[in-house]
Amino acid sequence: MRQKSKHIRYAKWGYLFILPFFVAFFIFSFIPLVDTVRYSFFEYYQSGIKEIGPNFVGMANYQSLLDSDMLKYAGNTLILWLIGFIPQILIALLLANWFTDIQMKIRGKQFFKVVIYLPNLIMASAFAMLFFALFSTNGPMNSILESLGLTSEPIDFMGTTFGTRALIGLMNFLMWFGNTTIMLQAAIMGISPDIFEAAELDGCGSVRRFFSITLPLIRPILTYTLITSIIGGLQMFDVPQILTNGQGNPDRTSMTLIMFLNSHLQSRNYGMAGALSVYLFIVSGILCFLVYRITNGQRDTGVKTERKHRKGGAKA
Amino acid sequence: MKKRLIAGLLAAASLTALFAGCNGSSEGAAGGSGDTAAEGKVINIYSWNDEFRTRLEDVYPEVESTSDDGTVTYLKDGTEIHWVINPNQDGVYQQKLDEALRNQASASADDKIDIFLSETDYVYKYTDAEADVAMPLTDLGIDPDTDLADQYPFTKTTASDQNGVQRGATWQCCPGLLVYRRDIAKDVFGTDDPTAVGEKVKDWDTLKQTAEELKAKGYFTFASYADTFRLYGNNISQPWVADGETTVKVDPLIMDWIESSKEWLDAGYLDKTVKGQFNDDWNKAMGSNSKVFAFLLPPWGIDFTLAPNWDGEDGAWAVTNPPMTYNWGGSYIHACVGTDNPQHVKDIILSLTADQDNLIKISKDYQDFTNTVSGMEEAAGDDSFASSFLGGQNAYAYYAPVAEDIQIAPLSAYDQGCVELIQNSFSDYFQGNVDFDRAKENFETAIKERYPEITDVQWPE
Repeated sequence: MRQKSKHIRYAKWGYLFILPFFVAFFIFSFIPLVDTVRYSFFEYYQSGIKEIGPNFVGMANYQSLLDSDMLKYAGNTLILWLIGFIPQILIALLLANWFTDIQMKIRGKQFFKVVIYLPNLIMASAFAMLFFALFSTNGPMNSILESLGLTSEPIDFMGTTFGTRALIGLMNFLMWFGNTTIMLQAAIMGISPDIFEAAELDGCGSVRRFFSITLPLIRPILTYTLITSIIGGLQMFDVPQILTNGQGNPDRTSMTLIMFLNSHLQSRNYGMAGALSVYLFIVSGILCFLVYRITNGQRDTGVKTERKHRKGGAKA
Repeated sequence: MKKRLIAGLLAAASLTALFAGCNGSSEGAAGGSGDTAAEGKVINIYSWNDEFRTRLEDVYPEVESTSDDGTVTYLKDGTEIHWVINPNQDGVYQQKLDEALRNQASASADDKIDIFLSETDYVYKYTDAEADVAMPLTDLGIDPDTDLADQYPFTKTTASDQNGVQRGATWQCCPGLLVYRRDIAKDVFGTDDPTAVGEKVKDWDTLKQTAEELKAKGYFTFASYADTFRLYGNNISQPWVADGETTVKVDPLIMDWIESSKEWLDAGYLDKTVKGQFNDDWNKAMGSNSKVFAFLLPPWGIDFTLAPNWDGEDGAWAVTNPPMTYNWGGSYIHACVGTDNPQHVKDIILSLTADQDNLIKISKDYQDFTNTVSGMEEAAGDDSFASSFLGGQNAYAYYAPVAEDIQIAPLSAYDQGCVELIQNSFSDYFQGNVDFDRAKENFETAIKERYPEITDVQWPE
């Protein structure tokens, strides 16, 4: 009996070591999560310094959110995310492919890796403030354009929907393409060089190699990137918040869902904010599920892919 | 042994805490009987910038020194003032203050708020009798009728709750003036004399003709449409939201502001590139390269905003009468309910808002228009109050008549949100991004988001 339990004792230490995480998760994530869901059924906010509620109101918060412009803000969020994500993934794929291409012999790879990652080290809000100053109507960007003779009148970048959205997209792109590049690069380097060599011997060109070997084999990592980016995109907040002063100007066209949430929190409207969070939770859940299904729907045969897949899955 | 020691220590600690609590409350009940020994050692003051601190250091006789980072001021009797500074922008200051006020009852004596400041835009939220967070001055032992008799009456009204009980006091009045560039005035009108310029800006119709003159020479009259807002917005005749109601009533004067702002912006009297105030573009419009003729500012605006942004010589600006009398801002000092330093708090409030010598000193040092009717009347005729920034002009001669004229607009707890959001919502309209009705809708959406209890918005016919 004792002899047998010796085996279990090791597992006990394992559980003990992961216990702090679960305790922290339970206290700081799980309880607030349950509370958020609970408050979403209550009328609970602050008027001046007086607290109103909590009064149980059932689904009223959910209903009034549906009646509000929530779907419009969801659309805004999606557009802003796409503007940033599409160039980001394309450039990252291209760069990752170049950096890992043995034939191209790019020098100073390490240096470039550091440089493209640098924008991610700056706090998003600081980055947004920088852009706000750079692209303001009397800012340096307009001075440069004017002195180059490209424009006679200062351009009001943040006065137009297109300008504001493009700036937000540009910032998200700049901040995240380095991160994605490095991740994809790691994925490509994980592919056995034998395959590339074999392809080369068979006379496979670089384009063909990219689409037929690299892309299918890094799919798990691509999935991971897509999922994390979607979740990040849904939570897009600091960049548009700072750039538009929390207003989502012009005409609330760059108001994201979390900015909408934040404006409820100004009156500590826990009920409404909770309901919005629950919507967001459901949407992220569905999106993740969909993306995961799509990218892993039809699996290629072959041991390599399976192995890679598991690796990627574990990482995610 | 060890356990017993710890238990003993704990017991001793809790006993001291108990006694400390007793002292604090009995002192509070006695209304400051003059024994400072029983007072707490820490005075916590909540504010949004260092304006109040600099005034306090300047005139409060008990101040010994302030730490280099400006977070702690030491008083001569060993008491420390801890400054809790949070920026006003985006309601951060109020969020932090509200949080602290909610915890006021359970906070330990040294963590309790003793003094907090509020601005005219949201003073009503804190003086509310029902909320009962700002102490009535009479509870501190200050009699507003005698101790504060020399203050401008409108400041006393502003700091009073719905029952007329005064729950705060201020050292400053904020009558607004028109501040203009002398060089531009000379260029356009041939004179920079404040009286002559004052004649050209005396009311909106005259000012519009003047704006046309300025435009012909390539100048803007004001920087932004937000610049004129306070003249309209602080003269409204009904509160944004009446007591006990949940309807926002937009005053006809606000509609006038919207109409004239659109007209002025389209006519080119305002700088299109400046959107709103207190941003980089606005600050630049105060620089020497700018084409902006004038700003509408109260005393703090000149001292705190215009002077730091001006990069040329002193004496380039002058003040004259505004097209409409108005008051903009004002920082109110409140004693927080639950304070453990009522005696100090009373001292500070009296020293900073009722002592004429102190107020005159603040006026001399900071060009604040201070809250003493007789003192300011004197200052208006005394050339030693001339401002070097204004090239030796005595601005008080212009402030004093405005201050006496001020009819403070009826306040509500929703003022700040209404003022902020109406400007934001309509800036899209001014810039031509949305039409008038859309801007109205956006205001309605935004105000209901900010204040969930607001049910609808009424626009004037």
